[in-house]
Amino acid sequence: MALITTIALGLLATAAGLCLARLVRKGSVADRIVALDTLLVILVSGIAVFSVRRGDDVYLDVLVVTALLGFVGTATVAQYIDKRGTR
Amino acid sequence: MIDFIAATMMLAGASLALIASIGLHRLPDLFSRMHAATKPATLGLVLTLTGVAIALGDLSAGAKLGAVIIFQFVTAPIGAHLIGRAVYRAGTELSPNTSVAESVDAALRGDSQVDGDESRG
Repeated sequence: MALITTIALGLLATAAGLCLARLVRKGSVADRIVALDTLLVILVSGIAVFSVRRGDDVYLDVLVVTALLGFVGTATVAQYIDKRGTR
Repeated sequence: MIDFIAATMMLAGASLALIASIGLHRLPDLFSRMHAATKPATLGLVLTLTGVAIALGDLSAGAKLGAVIIFQFVTAPIGAHLIGRAVYRAGTELSPNTSVAESVDAALRGDSQVDGDESRG
């Protein structure tokens, strides 16, 4: 299982790096929030795979909170774009 | 056998996450990028978390992971809808290959006026 989790974490890290590049690259607020949302989804997957690697399920509570916060962030930015426009 | 299923699901989920983030770079406009950000990313998360739940084989872990999966299924479309609607109303350049149905356009813009009147009035 250690090999599998290493490969999976490698794939997820590459994906997170690409999202981060998209986040930092020049773009509108909407582009950035979409990238941030994807980054959070990847982070949740990563923490879950990491908990398999450690054989320990204490990290799983973090997942619930992260998933919740990601949605709140997206909804807030949608409100912001509605008021101020995308830029 | 259980390990094999769990490993396959985790690897498939991680690959889908990678595909989603490649899509974020390669697709031409915001709405097609949102397609990459929501659908493959959600399926990837569901596959990964199911694989993790199988690998851990623990009821309380499975319940937490199940809650996250359900939550993602509920919030991903809502979040994408909120962002997409806000951006469409604010006006953004579309790729020439993106087409918008007249009725959808009218509905979105008509809604916008009502909302605007409410918030400013």
